[in-house]
Amino acid sequence: MLDPTTNGLHSGETPLLRTIGLTKRYGDFLANDAIDIDIWPKEIHALLGENGAGKSTLVKAIYGLIQPSAGDIFWNGKPVALTGPSEARSRGIGMVFQHFSLFDNLTVAENVALGLDGRESFKDISARLEQVSKTYGLPLDPKREVWQLSVGERQRIEIVRALMQDPQFLILDEPTAVLTPQEADQLFIVLERLKAEGRAILYISHKLEEVKRLCDTATILRGGKKVETCNPRLETAASLARMMVGGEVKQVKAAAGRQTTVPRLVVNDLTLAPGEAHGVRLEHISFELKGGEILGIAGVAGNGQDELFAALSGERLSRDPGTIVIEGLAAGHLSITQRRKLGAAFVPEERLGHGTAPRMKLSENALLTGHAASGMVHHGFIDTAATLKTVDRTTETFDVRKAKRDPEAASLSGGNLQKFIVGREILRNPAVLVVSQPTWGVDAGAAAVIRQALLDLATAGAAVLVTSQDLDELAEIADRIAVMFHGHLSAPLAISEATREKLGLLMGGSTLEPEEAVHAVGA
Amino acid sequence: MELVEAIILAVLAASTPLLIAATGELVTERSGVLNLGVEGMMIVGAACGFAGAWLTGSIFIGALFGIVAGTMMSLVFALMALGLAVNQVATGLALTILGVGLSGLIGAGFVGERITPAVHLYVPGLTDIPLIGRVLFGEDAFIYFSLALVVGVWWFLYRTRPGLILRACGDNHVSAHALGYPVLRIRTLAVMFGGACAGLAGAYLPLAYTPFFIPGMTAGRGWIALALVVFSSWRPGRLVVGAYLFGAVTILQLHAQGWGVGIPSQFMSALPYLATVIVLVLLSRARTGGSTAPAALGTVFVPDR
Repeated sequence: MLDPTTNGLHSGETPLLRTIGLTKRYGDFLANDAIDIDIWPKEIHALLGENGAGKSTLVKAIYGLIQPSAGDIFWNGKPVALTGPSEARSRGIGMVFQHFSLFDNLTVAENVALGLDGRESFKDISARLEQVSKTYGLPLDPKREVWQLSVGERQRIEIVRALMQDPQFLILDEPTAVLTPQEADQLFIVLERLKAEGRAILYISHKLEEVKRLCDTATILRGGKKVETCNPRLETAASLARMMVGGEVKQVKAAAGRQTTVPRLVVNDLTLAPGEAHGVRLEHISFELKGGEILGIAGVAGNGQDELFAALSGERLSRDPGTIVIEGLAAGHLSITQRRKLGAAFVPEERLGHGTAPRMKLSENALLTGHAASGMVHHGFIDTAATLKTVDRTTETFDVRKAKRDPEAASLSGGNLQKFIVGREILRNPAVLVVSQPTWGVDAGAAAVIRQALLDLATAGAAVLVTSQDLDELAEIADRIAVMFHGHLSAPLAISEATREKLGLLMGGSTLEPEEAVHAVGA
Repeated sequence: MELVEAIILAVLAASTPLLIAATGELVTERSGVLNLGVEGMMIVGAACGFAGAWLTGSIFIGALFGIVAGTMMSLVFALMALGLAVNQVATGLALTILGVGLSGLIGAGFVGERITPAVHLYVPGLTDIPLIGRVLFGEDAFIYFSLALVVGVWWFLYRTRPGLILRACGDNHVSAHALGYPVLRIRTLAVMFGGACAGLAGAYLPLAYTPFFIPGMTAGRGWIALALVVFSSWRPGRLVVGAYLFGAVTILQLHAQGWGVGIPSQFMSALPYLATVIVLVLLSRARTGGSTAPAALGTVFVPDR
C-alpha cells in the first residue's frame, strides 16, 4: 500500500493514528469534511483553525465522544471503531479538555478516579497520583476539593489524570489559554518530556508563536476542510494566519499622534468586599485614565477582574462615592443607568446572559443598554423604529452578519454577537468605555474589527479600559498595561516597558520593586 | 414511663415514611435530578400497596405493589424530564397532581376496607425490657429496613465507584458525559430508585401506620420529605437526624393539643419547613465556597452525539 503522507521522514512506517476521509455531518452542515490526518510517535502536532473550523469536532471524533458520519480511523495501522471515550482511553488515547471536565465539589483524587476505567482501589489511585505528579513536576494535593484550586492547578489535574492512563497519544485543547506565560513554559517542559518518552501529542491552539516554538507539524483546518499540513517552524505567524483565514488578516493600526486629554475615569483607593462566597476582594485600587488613552488590564482569570468590572459598571456600588470618578463627578454610589447618563458604557465578558438577553431580539437588546440616554423611549413607551435603526446602524458599521434583520441574540455566532455588543456601545459615543475580554473566543477577522473600533474610539477622545487575558491583544492596542493579582492592581507600565517577562511576573504575584530583588539575592 | 415509651414509638412510626421517601429523593437529587413529584409517587404507592395487601392478604406483597407503583410513576417522570428534556420542576409538580388523582381512582373501591397491619417483632425477654425493649426489639419490618436503607445508601454513595459516578453526574453532567459516562441512564436509574422508595414510603401508611386506606392519606408527607433532603444538605447521616426530628414535631403537634398547650397546631405543621429555611441560611453562611447542593441539580442535560 502506498503511503500518502507528505512527510518524507516517516515514509515506510505506520503512523500511530491516521484518519482517512473523516466526515461529520450535522443536518446539512459539514463540521468535518473528509479530513485526512496522520499522527506519528514522538511528534507534537498542532491543529490550527478559526472558531468553527472543525477542530473540536475532529478531536471529539478521535476521542470517541462523537461518531463520524463517514471515514475511517486507523490506530497503529488497524481500523478501529471508537464507540466512546473509555474505548479510546483503553487504546491509549488521552485528552485534556479546554473547558475542564472537572467536578468542583469532588476531591482531586476522586476527579482522577473518575477518569480511570480500571478496577484500581481508591488507595492505589491516590498513591499512583502522587507518584505521577512527582515524576512530571506537577504537584497536587489529592484530598483538596477542586473549587479551592486555581486554574493552573485545575489544569494540572486534567493532565495528571490523562497521564495516569499512560497514553501513547495525548490531545490538548487550547491548554495555555488560561495560563500565565511562566505556567505555560512549565507546561511546555512537560510536553517536551512526554515527546521524548515516545508519545505523540495533538495540540490545539490559537497562539501561533507558541505553535512555532513547540510543534513539529501543523495541520490547518478551515470551514471543516483540511487546508494544509506543514512544518510550522518553516512558516511565519503571518503565513499560518493566512492559511487559517484564507486571506490576509487585516492589520490593526493606531492613528498617529493620538492626544491624551483630561482624566475621564479616575479610581481612588477602591476597596470592596466580595459579593459572593468565591469572590475576590478588591484592595486599594487606584488609576487614572485620560481621554484618548487605552489602559489594558492583564491577569489570570479570577484575580478580581470581574469584581472590578462590577464596581466600575455600577453592578455593585461602592460606599464612598469618591472612589470612582466619571467625567469629574463622584460616581461610586450611582446606579448603572446614572453612570450611563454621565457618558460611560460597559461591555461585560459574557456575551450571552450578561451582555445580551439570549432569547430577546437584537433591537430589544439595544434598548436594554440604550434606554436611558439614547432616545429610544418617549413618555415611557418604546420607540420601536429607533431601536431597529440602532440595530441597522450597528450592523452596517461593524459588519454584523445575521440571517434576518432583527434575530434573537442567541442565534448569532460568537464573533458577530460580540461585534454587535461592542458596536452598540460605541455608537452611543461614550466618553468612557469599560470592556472586558473584547475578543474572547472570537475569530481573527471579527477580532481585528473590534480592536480597530476600540482604537478609533480612543482616537476620537474617549477613555477606554480593556481587561484581557490575551497579552498579544493588549500589546496591540493598549498604551499602558496594569496587572491584577489577588484583587490588587499593579502600577501601569507604559507599553514600551511592558515585556512578557515583567507582565508574567506580575501575573504570578511577584512585585517588580527593587527591594524584592535585594531580598532574593540575600536569600 | 409508659407515656415516654409511647411517644418514642409514635415518633419512630411517624418518621419512617419520611425517612424512606427522603432517602430515595436524596439519591435522585445527588444524580442532579430534582423530582418534586414525591407526594404523587407516595400516594399512588399507598393506594396500590393497600390494594395489593387487601387482594392477597400479604403485607409483603402489598409493599412490593407500592414499590412497583412508585417506580412506574417515576418512569413517567424520567420519560418527560430526562427523555424529552422537559423542565423538571413543572414535570414534578404535574406528577404530584397526577398521583393524587390516580390514587383516588385506584383506591375508590377500597375505602372503608380494613387489613391486618404489619406485625411487630417480638423477641421473648428482650422486647419486654421496660422503656427500650419495644423501641429496639418490637418494631415492624419497615422501620428496621428504613435504617438499613440509609446505611446502604451512605455506603453506596461514598464507598463505591458507581456511587462516585452518580455524585459526579450531579456535580457536572457535561464533564461526566465528556469522560464517557452515560449521564441519562445513570439519572434514570436514580429517579427509579427515588420512585421505588417513595412508593414504599407511601405503602407504609396503609400497611403499618393505619390499617386502612383513605384518599389523600399522605397528607403532605412527600413535601416534608423534599424539605428533609435540603435540611440534611444532601447527606444521609443528617437525613436520619432530620427525619426523626420532623417526625417528632408531627407527634408533638398531636400531643400538644391533648395537653392543652397554647401553640397553634398550624405553627407546628409549619415547623419542618421553617427549620429547613433556617438550616439553609446557616449552611450557606458556614461554608466559604463550593456548593452544598449538587451543582447540576434541576438542570436539563441533552448530550450531543
